[in-house]
Amino acid sequence: MSAPDAVPSASHAPLYRRLFLIAVVALALALRFDLLTLEAQTAGTLTLILWTTALALIALEASDALGISRRWLVIALPMLWLFVFFLVPFLVLGRISIAESMIARPPYSPLWERGSDGSLEIIASLDNYRFLLSDALYRNAYLSSFRVAAISTIFALLIGYPLAYYIARAPEPRRSILLLLVILPFWTSFLLRVYAWIGFLRRDGVINNILTWAGVIDEPLVMMQTDLAVYIGIVYTYLPFMILPLYANLVKLDGALLEAAGDLGASPMVTFLTITLPLSLPGIVAGSMLVFIPAIGEYVIPALLGGPDTLMIGRVLWDEFFASRDWPVASAVAIVMLVLVVLPIMWLQSVQNREVPK
Amino acid sequence: MTTPAIAADTRPWRDADAPPFISIRNITKKFGDATAVDDVSLDIYRGELFCLLGGSGCGKSTLLRMLAGFETPTKGQILIDGQDMATVSADKRPTNMMFQSYALFPHMSVERNVAYGLLREGMSKAEARARALEMLQMVNLEAFARRKPHQLSGGQRQRVALARALVKKPKLLLLDEPLGALDKKLREKTQFELIRIQESLGVTFIVVTHDQDEAMTLATRIGVMSDGVIQQVGEPREIYETPTSRFVADFIGSVNMFEGTVGPAAPDLMRVETADLGAVAVPPVSGLTQGQTVYLALRPERITLTRSAPEGRNDVVRGLVLDMGYVGHLSTYRVRLENGRMITVTQSNRLRDEDPISWDEHIYASWNPAAVRVLTQ
Repeated sequence: MSAPDAVPSASHAPLYRRLFLIAVVALALALRFDLLTLEAQTAGTLTLILWTTALALIALEASDALGISRRWLVIALPMLWLFVFFLVPFLVLGRISIAESMIARPPYSPLWERGSDGSLEIIASLDNYRFLLSDALYRNAYLSSFRVAAISTIFALLIGYPLAYYIARAPEPRRSILLLLVILPFWTSFLLRVYAWIGFLRRDGVINNILTWAGVIDEPLVMMQTDLAVYIGIVYTYLPFMILPLYANLVKLDGALLEAAGDLGASPMVTFLTITLPLSLPGIVAGSMLVFIPAIGEYVIPALLGGPDTLMIGRVLWDEFFASRDWPVASAVAIVMLVLVVLPIMWLQSVQNREVPK
Repeated sequence: MTTPAIAADTRPWRDADAPPFISIRNITKKFGDATAVDDVSLDIYRGELFCLLGGSGCGKSTLLRMLAGFETPTKGQILIDGQDMATVSADKRPTNMMFQSYALFPHMSVERNVAYGLLREGMSKAEARARALEMLQMVNLEAFARRKPHQLSGGQRQRVALARALVKKPKLLLLDEPLGALDKKLREKTQFELIRIQESLGVTFIVVTHDQDEAMTLATRIGVMSDGVIQQVGEPREIYETPTSRFVADFIGSVNMFEGTVGPAAPDLMRVETADLGAVAVPPVSGLTQGQTVYLALRPERITLTRSAPEGRNDVVRGLVLDMGYVGHLSTYRVRLENGRMITVTQSNRLRDEDPISWDEHIYASWNPAAVRVLTQ
């Protein structure tokens, strides 16, 4: 076999690339030291683009020089993203959570201090975590958040499953329209949609007006500032996240399996319980995760629709940060929250991975 | 009864008085404007292995699905063992189906797949398990009872599907392309396995297939379908030797077809004038009038090729061998007749050391008048 002739200039490519890299860096430096006259905003944008390009080129150089396959570059960017915007903030939170609160800027103690004798003193303690355990407020907030998220997830599942099933079984042109309708609410701001619910639920809102007009009730129902309103808000907001993974799962379900079950004497109900439901379990798990995880840390919906006694961890977190200005305790609250959510997910992942792939 | 009992037992369709086990009466199925099955009537007898044979889209699968209860006929009636199926849903029918894709439940072990139907009858788990294992033994899969379907080979899955469809001892087993997903060698082996199982259980089988070899091997009788209509029903030999239409003659095996007109009537041998072969003697067929257009079907293996003019034969034409293909047990020749018409001839290779006719040889092609089948449609 002859060498592939698709890359005849492969040996020249690094040269061009290096010249290009030098040009990019030179231009970036020229901007940095105001050698070019540009509007500040344009210069800023251009600088960002130039440095990103330079970084990518350097990465290419490095991967070639080290003989590493370039494939890893494809995942390098998302990994970098996760590192910068997830792992680093998490570490920052962790670092603050072991500090002491103090009146300063920033409002927590430094990690180390020079003692009077010049020795290095590390200031770190788990007191904030102990405090979380000792105060019933936090335990109750966690439990109540779990309860609200769990009940909301169950309702989202009960409503979402039949919808997803119906969409998955619908004939093609209708199916696309139905899917579009599921996604449609995302085109409006989440905040606006939650506000719209106030219009429905409040004392002189749409629901009360209709029920009073129809003579069903004499006194308006109290729905705003109750747990019910929070449930409605959460289920409504996160329903698409339940429907979409369920739909993706159910649409793959082979209709012949359902026919086979029927042929072997299973009624439609039994077919659903023995075939459809077990086979859609991955979709149920995925959908439930996508609802449960954001619901447990939900702040906006309970703040807008819930009452003063709706205790959720998101609100506690907000209060610690902004009302008490106790950053270390707030950080500890966030870390505990994260661990409580992440651990079950990791366990579930490992369970799913253990099952033999189809 | 005047007919011998044994004949009625093995070939009940030859007995006009025999009661059919499955009666399909004027069944029509329309999907929107398209007619998938068009006014089909068919009787199938107990213990038969009936093959519905046809190309894709001919309506054979739709007919099968109506028997299973997955589709509702637009018109007509289906009787199974005397019972009208119109109001009986699929889960209540005395039929089971083996699906083309096998449709094994991926989340259940082989054993649970087979036991599934028994549990739906309300059988206890232990008994259902025992029966399922018994069934798996019959298809030589008892060692794989604990496996999941995706851990099996294609042939093993096929046998699980068969066991699952048979475990409830249905009155009628419907098989949709049962061997379609198997490779050639396995398919041939499995054909006889299927016949063995069918005969040992005595269950009536209806098999849908597009593979004529499969249909010929398996079937007691074949129904050839096209365009939603059953073109001909008969035993494999009948279908091959005495097709009633050009479609069937052409569909089953290969055939050389010649158009001609009926010559003057003669007492024991008729003549048909053809452009390609000249005047051809054919076995007498009743109901033909002089000058009528007919078609002569001549199977490739009924034609003999010789280097010299065969003696005592009137039905001879001359030709040139353009092409030959050596298959092993036989050779296929493409011969150009003097008027330019191409015909196909196969010769069986019986002797190892004969000197076979080969390319570019001028040969004589001859046949026996009895080999010619006269078709009017």
